[in-house]
This record gives sequence, structure tokens and C-alpha cells, in this order.
Amino acid sequence: MASKVIHAYYNDDDVLMHAVKKVKATKHHIEEVFCPFPVHGLDKAMGLAPTRIAITSFIYGCLGLIVAIVMMNYIMIQDWPQDIGGKPSFSYIENMPAFVPIMFEMTVFFAAHLMVITFYLRSRLWPFKKAENPDVRTTDDHFIMEIEVHGDEKKLREMLLESGAVEINSIEK
Amino acid sequence: MASHYEAPIRKPLVIGDKNYHDVSVDISAPIEGRANKQWWIVFSIALAAFLWGVGAIIYTVSTGIGTWGLNKTVNWAWDITNFVWWIGIGHAGTLISAVLLLFRQKWRMAINRSAEAMTIFSVIQAGLFPIIHMGRPWLAYWVVPIPNQFGSLWVNFNSPLLWDVFAISTYLSVSLVFWWTGLLPDFAMIRDRAVKPFQKKIYSLVSFGWSGRAKDWQRFEEVSLVLAGLATPLVLSVHTIVSYDFATSVIPGWHTTIFPPYFVAGAIFSGFAMVQTLLIIMRKVCSLEDYITVQHIELMNIVIMVTGSIVGCAYITELFMAWYSGVEYEQYAFLNRATGPYWWAYLLMMSCNVVSPQIMWFKKIRTSIVISFIISIVVNVGMWFERFVIIVTSLHRDYLPSSWTMFSPTFVDIGIFIGTIGFFFVLFLLYARTFPVIAQAEVKSILKSSGSNYKKLREAGKPLYMMPKMTAPKKETEVKQVADDSSGDAKVSDLLGTLGTFDASKDSPDDLKKIKGIGPKMEQTLNQIGIFKFAQVSRMTQKEYDLLDSITGSFPGRAQRDDWAGQAKKLNKNN
Repeated sequence: MASKVIHAYYNDDDVLMHAVKKVKATKHHIEEVFCPFPVHGLDKAMGLAPTRIAITSFIYGCLGLIVAIVMMNYIMIQDWPQDIGGKPSFSYIENMPAFVPIMFEMTVFFAAHLMVITFYLRSRLWPFKKAENPDVRTTDDHFIMEIEVHGDEKKLREMLLESGAVEINSIEK
Repeated sequence: MASHYEAPIRKPLVIGDKNYHDVSVDISAPIEGRANKQWWIVFSIALAAFLWGVGAIIYTVSTGIGTWGLNKTVNWAWDITNFVWWIGIGHAGTLISAVLLLFRQKWRMAINRSAEAMTIFSVIQAGLFPIIHMGRPWLAYWVVPIPNQFGSLWVNFNSPLLWDVFAISTYLSVSLVFWWTGLLPDFAMIRDRAVKPFQKKIYSLVSFGWSGRAKDWQRFEEVSLVLAGLATPLVLSVHTIVSYDFATSVIPGWHTTIFPPYFVAGAIFSGFAMVQTLLIIMRKVCSLEDYITVQHIELMNIVIMVTGSIVGCAYITELFMAWYSGVEYEQYAFLNRATGPYWWAYLLMMSCNVVSPQIMWFKKIRTSIVISFIISIVVNVGMWFERFVIIVTSLHRDYLPSSWTMFSPTFVDIGIFIGTIGFFFVLFLLYARTFPVIAQAEVKSILKSSGSNYKKLREAGKPLYMMPKMTAPKKETEVKQVADDSSGDAKVSDLLGTLGTFDASKDSPDDLKKIKGIGPKMEQTLNQIGIFKFAQVSRMTQKEYDLLDSITGSFPGRAQRDDWAGQAKKLNKNN
């Protein structure tokens, strides 16, 4: 898709926040903001939807708990019930206290790892993935706001300069 | 923005008036620079210890556990002592990064990366012991409940030793992803600063292509928070389960319900002591005193003092409960511990763990780096003896006086222990040279609230940021500035004569800050002289360096040391 975007560089998070609000107020669409560190409130100011990754973690945790219960019920109760220390393995619920530690560990294991895997896949992070930040300074001390150009580019540039941009580049995508 | 507010009473966590770029420069300096002699000396010692340990392990595995000092009465000694000691040390990392994150303690940001590294490295050491003790370590996978050819032969889920397998492997793997996820933005920073292609390749690989989009950061923060929430009960569960190895047995001295909380407090205690030991050295070696300040050391000392007191309470409660229970076996176990042939180990444990941290009540002492370092070592020793006391004194005089005995370690016992210490330091030293040892992205996010220069600005009632000039992009205005130091004029023209001049109307300036050793101030100075391009810097030789030093008068010799010309040559090629 051939579209033109403007990269506005900022070197301060406060200036960036004001700029984002200003650009939003003038009804321009902010494609992306690249930051060297998390800027609190930026996602709200940009209008990003809240992330649902915590919910996935809860679901994965439930899955881990179920896996632990099914596994230990099969191994300890169904497949080969033993009488260990005078405590025969007749029912899962009666023997459950001994299984609590592993039920807990498996819950945490699933919730943590699957959530992180989900995060990596959703944010497209994996080994050999090429970085996509447009300028190396965005991991150091610069912030880049990417805005799609519709109509009057000159006016947009002026507005961005006024908002405190230290550098502005146009890029054909 | 209101979010940068912090009460004026709080002391700055980042001193030395840093801006965002300075943070990047300082944190990447140990990685981009060369290892000094001290590093090589310490590394060689650690490597030698590690190799000795490898030899001792090979001897154990090939000959048998009989090479250890164990006997039929004391059938668990240094192996499990070392295991619990290392696991305990591992706890501080998660505590700092997870629990202090939940409590929003900003001071954790300077130390969490190294504390987590320490966690991972020490849990690796801990894991070695049960595996070696198995005798046939190549069958270690038998602890995992996998269907097998022996019919319905499963592991025993009622056993605390199996709970340990699950707890520790979950702990190790979750700590690892927690650590690595936090590392991604910092690896990306190193990647984007890297000059050499090999470094660039490696850091691109390990940073997983982190680009720092707003959505990525939003998810990153949520993931960190949820992982902290998961890791907090996890870390408590791990040492609880380790304590079950003893508490669920029926050996007097082990069979106590106080073990889980007492072990957890002891783990945090010893872990913080180890963090203290490592960071006091690291802040000096890596010149990170502005980030790991005396305030950080003081706060860690307070944690050490509090957890040390909890441990002390537990020791005394144990003694009281032994007496109050009326069980004579229990009473004897504790009497024997304190007054029997192992009284010296008990005394060492009591004085190192309970008495020594109490001197931290004095502010002068807890802000003294030397004393903090000594106490941290003392606590590490004391905590090793705590485990030794619990394990060996409870076993060495069992139910039959005819089998009473003492434990003496063989050179293999000692060799493996020394080997794990060597292995730990090998890993940590390699880490300190290749990883960003401070979570720089997080430090940048608190810089405006807790950095010393921003604190000063706030106190003076000045804004924390300046709107850049609205007229034109910065780059074009900078060019017109000329050095007005008339005495240096001749030198300047001399310098520019060999380096070549820069024509602002035809050419655009390079970001000289990409050269290691050039900060924003130095870049400004260079720009004032008339140096804007990598090409100009790359032409510098000894003569030009000296000329430059005489003009700027700051950081003599810096340019040679960092090899600005070489760096600039590479950067110029990349452009």
C-alpha cells in the first residue's frame, strides 16, 4: 500500500504526550509511537484499546490447574492406586492435600509461560525477527510518532513542529 | 505531568544529573568496553574453581556417592546443605523484581536485573546437587511423570521431593522468562548502539526484534505485572516446599511446623546478602555508583536486618517449642544442637544470622559500604551453617547411641561446593560483561521522578522539560554556532584543516553520540569546533586527539581510549 507517513521525532516524554494529545485533537490518525521506555498514559492518549493479556493468563492458569488435576488423578488414583504411609489412594478429593503443591505449581507454570508466549507472538517478538523501529535512537532517548498524511502535509508539519518535534521526516511506505 | 511527582523528602535514586542518553551510555559502557585486568583475574579464579568442581563431579559420578563423607547415620549432609543454600540465595532476585514491583518500590529498578540474574545462576547451582546425588544423572528425567516401558511405574506425587522438582523447575523457568522479557528493550538499546556487525547480530538475535511500539510497551507492562503477581506466591511456595523436605519427615529437629515461614524468611535474608555482596563489587567495577547508590545499599541492609530478626525469632521459637512440647526426643535434638559436639556451628549460625545484622540499626553502619560488604559475607556464611546445623545435627545422634557419629566432608564434598561457587561466578562475570546489568528502560521511566537533576528542577519550581525551538528543526540551527573562544581559533582551524570542514548548506550532520564516549555535551563541543560528520572524526590521529584535548580541555585521553576514529570509520561505512 503506497501511503505517505510522517515521522515526528521528540526527545522528551512530556513533550510527546502533549503532542499526542494535540495531534489527536486535530483528528489526525497516529499510526504508531516508538518509545525507548514505557510512557505512562500514552496508550490511553493514543486511544489504544486496553490489553487483554492478563485475561489470557487467567485462562491459561485454569488450564494448568485442570491439567494437574487430570494428570495426578490418573497417575495416583486411577492407573496404579497405592497405599502410601497408611493413606490409601481411593479418591482424589480425599488425597488432595498432598496434591496441592503441584496443582499450584502447574497453575503458575501454565499461566506464566503461555502468557509470555502469547505476548511474544502478538507483539511479533522472536529470535531472528528483524527490529522495526525506524531509527536507532528510539531505543535510546528519542520518541517517534508516525502519522499518516491525508491532505495538507505542510500544515501537519507545521503543527508537529509547533508541538515540539525536533526532527520531521516524510516516508513513502 | 503529575505522574512524575515524587515527594521531595525522597532522596534521588539516580544521582549525577543524568538525562536519558546518559543512562544508555553508562549502562552500555561495560558491554562496549574491554574487560580490565581485574575482571580477567577474578574470572580465571572462578573458572579454575569451576573446573575443579567439574573434576569432583566426574569423580563422584564415575566412582559413586561413596566418595562423599556421608555415612549410615549422617546420610544427608553437604549436598542438601549446598542445595538449600543456593536455592535460598536465589530467592532475593524474584523478591526484588516481583514483590517490590507489586509494592511499587522504585529503588528495585537499579538492582532487579542483577538480582534476577543471580537467582537464575544460583538455582542452576542448586539443581546440580540433587542431580549429582541421583548417582546416575543421565537418568534425571525419570523424575518427570512420563509414560515408560516399566508398566504403570509413576513418580510419587505424595513426596515433597517430587514437589521440589515441580517447584524448582517452575521457578527456574518462570524466573528465566521474567528476566528475559525485561531484557528485551535493553538488548534492543545495545543492538541499536552496536558498531561492530557481530555484536549487532548477536544483540538483534537476543532482543527478539524489539521495536518499542506503544502497544508492545502496554503489553510489556501488563505482562510484567502479571508475572510479578504470579512470581510472588511462586517464590514463597518454592522455599516452603524445600522446607517440606524436612518438615514432613519424622526426624526430631526437622519435624517442625514453623519451617515453611522460617525457611522463606531465611531465603530472603541470605538472598539479599548475596545481592549486596555482588552489587557492592559490581557498582564499583562497572562504574554504576550513580545508579546503585548508597541509599540502595542502605535499603538492602534494612531488608537484611528485618529478615535476620525474623530468622532470629524463628530460632528462639524453635527452642521454646521444643521445650514446651514436652517431647524428649525433640528437646534432646535442640539441646544437642546448642551444646553438643556441633555447638560451634550453632554459635556461628546464631552470631552470623541473628547478632550481626542487628548492627544495621545504626545509620552510620548501614550506610557504610565496607561494613555492608563484610556483613553480607558474614550472613552468607551464617546461612550456610544454618542449613548445616539443621541437617547434620538432627541426624548425627539418632535413636541408637551405638550409631552416633560425626560428619567430616571429603575433598570431593568440598570440591563440588567450591565448584558451584566457581560456576556461579563464571556465569555472573560473563553476564556482567555482556548483559545490560541495569534495567535501563525502567530507570529511564523513573528518571523524571527520581533523578537528581529533575528533582532539583522541581524544587526550583522549573518545568521538567523545555519545548524545543519552534522555528525549524534543531539540526539546521545548530550548524550556525561557531566557537567563539578566540584563543583556540588557531588550533580549531588547524584541526579542521586536517579533518576537513563541514558545509551546512550541502551536507547534513551525523549523530556523533553514536560514537561511544561522545555524550551530548561532547557532541555540542565538537559541533562548536566544526566537527559534524563521522568522516571528520574518522580522520583523527594522535595529533588531532591532542589538539582536541587542548581545545576542549575536558576528558584528556578519552578519545584515544575509546578509539573514536575507528568507531567513526565503521559508522561512516554503515551510513
